[in-house]
Amino acid sequence: MNSLADQLLVLCLLINFAVLGTSRLAFSVRCVAVQGVLLGTLPALVHPFSWHVSFIVVSIILVKGGLIPVLIIRAIKKAEIEREFSPFIGYIPSLVLGALFTSLAFIFAARLPLAPEHEGLLIVPAAAATLMSGFLVLMGRRKAISQVLGYLLMENGIFLFGLLLADAMPVMVEAGALLDLLVGIFVMGIVINHISREFSSIDTSRLSALRED
Amino acid sequence: MMWALVLLPLLGAALSWLVPDNRRRVWVLPVFSLAHLAVSAALLVHTPPPSPAGWIWLDPLGKLVLMANSVLFTICSLYAVGYLSYRLKRPNRVLCASLLVCLSATSLVVISQHLGLLWIALEATTLTMAPLIYFNHNARSIEATWKYLLICSVGIAIALLGLFFLAYSTIVAQQEVSLLLPALIRDAAALHPGWRHAAFIFLLVGFGSKMGLAPLHTWKPDAYGEAPGLVGALLAGGLVNCALLALLRVYQVAAASTEGPLFQQVLLTMGLVSMAFAAVFMARQSDFKRMLAYSSVEHVGIIAVALGLGKGALFAGLLHMINNSLTKGVLFLSCGNIHRAYNSKSTQFVRGALRRTPWSAALFLAAFLAITGSPPFAPFVSEFLIVSSAFGQGNHWTGGLFLLFLALIFIGMASTVLPVVLGEVPPDLERTRYRDAVPTVLPPLALMGLVLVLGLWIPTPLQELLHEAARLLGGEA
Repeated sequence: MNSLADQLLVLCLLINFAVLGTSRLAFSVRCVAVQGVLLGTLPALVHPFSWHVSFIVVSIILVKGGLIPVLIIRAIKKAEIEREFSPFIGYIPSLVLGALFTSLAFIFAARLPLAPEHEGLLIVPAAAATLMSGFLVLMGRRKAISQVLGYLLMENGIFLFGLLLADAMPVMVEAGALLDLLVGIFVMGIVINHISREFSSIDTSRLSALRED
Repeated sequence: MMWALVLLPLLGAALSWLVPDNRRRVWVLPVFSLAHLAVSAALLVHTPPPSPAGWIWLDPLGKLVLMANSVLFTICSLYAVGYLSYRLKRPNRVLCASLLVCLSATSLVVISQHLGLLWIALEATTLTMAPLIYFNHNARSIEATWKYLLICSVGIAIALLGLFFLAYSTIVAQQEVSLLLPALIRDAAALHPGWRHAAFIFLLVGFGSKMGLAPLHTWKPDAYGEAPGLVGALLAGGLVNCALLALLRVYQVAAASTEGPLFQQVLLTMGLVSMAFAAVFMARQSDFKRMLAYSSVEHVGIIAVALGLGKGALFAGLLHMINNSLTKGVLFLSCGNIHRAYNSKSTQFVRGALRRTPWSAALFLAAFLAITGSPPFAPFVSEFLIVSSAFGQGNHWTGGLFLLFLALIFIGMASTVLPVVLGEVPPDLERTRYRDAVPTVLPPLALMGLVLVLGLWIPTPLQELLHEAARLLGGEA
């Protein structure tokens, strides 16, 4: 059972690299969506069946694999943009940094004092690595949509860590967090749409009128 | 009864969405905020016991924040009626609905005793503020909105990770897993120290960025500068309190564990750094709304310093939270009026406001004196108590730096405010429609009256409430 979970987690890690290394936005969105679905199936593998867990599984898959990607793809279509151009941190450096962070995550996680039932699981290193990759994308890209994707990767990392707590967290909290995430992406999508109308671009480095001189 | 605090504004939001007419829709705001104020007052007098599962309760800390927020929101909603009548061309459906949803979310922050629920409500306040900051629909406001959304979302995501760490520390320590505040405080000392430590740091960074503590304050000047004055007042006086309350919950857990002193040390440092940042950026600020944002950074810094000092300063810190939100209300509302009257917020064009808008300018001047800690206004009392507590504890460096920064900030702020209020009106000014009128002057005037009264006399029930709240934080007061 757990070996399957570990394989899915490795896949999650690979998806991080796919996002770090590509300039195509629609592809990145799909990657993050697939990662969301993988994330959603994990609780079913790690925890015994219960209504609580099945609710979490269904809602995560629905929100992260369905609704959020649809919202972002729509924003991409409206802004008429396909690629990220000249990011602050290039693709090759991003990949190298991503690899560095991933290996650091493994070293770091091995030293963490985990509960006995969680020893040897890949969840913690995968969560840390995904979180860091999210940060990299968030900091390293210019386009507003890429930044949203970075934020989503980060959230995925946090949710991965949350898996350790799945039977400890009340359903309401999980559902509320997901709802907040969904509304957040919705609002960001609208803002992106307005940015592209106002500046005829969604390059956030153009948002510089408010710099302190 | 408790749920009325959350549901009533939501009902108002739905109603305001349904009203088709711009002019009539505005009236939904004062009706529901007055109702909310009445419910809050009733709850302050007769507090119901905690809900059976322990998720919902109004403790003294919550009461303080509820009081400040409800009063401020009522004043702002009364002001909104006057303000929006000048801006009827711009659709205000989203504004009215978002304001009420935001009131509902802030109330949920106040009454939740479950940290997960509190997090959800806090994130909801962040999201509802985004359309409010973007009310003016121009390039500058969209930039501010984007920065605000991104920084606050990431900050609050980090706080979620901190909460997960806190929950995990209970698992590792083989305790019953819970994010309920009473349980966490009870078990605080037994939690796994490593995870608990990490949790506190992440929570401090997360809630700190929402609160605008330096160096996590970078979104503040933009958001405060571009949002309408009314929204700025709620951001600086209301939302700051919610983020602070979240931080106070963490503080409660920290104080119950062995981490208390370290947490306090970090808060003290961040507080002083915030004041230093404010002192530097306040000088030569040519946009008076941005200047107010730095003033907000300063005052969350002051509160953080008070929390860092602990003991007797906690009482003063909590009092300062209330004083700050009331005074910030006056500042933002009156400067919103001046902004309308000149159609500019640059000190280059805005001069001699005392001639164009005598009431608003006088209020702006009075609130400036109040916020910089001049007697007889309320912030003087709380700032004085904090300084005297710092020296009383023998912490001369903190006390000295605190006074130095206050002095620098006074000079910096005066060099912007005084020309705006007193200077000569520039000859070739744009003609504008706005002049002082009762609906936009009376609400901030009432608030200023409150600031003055609180500076001269703190009612006994409020004093008792402040003492009770300080005791929850481990103060000896």
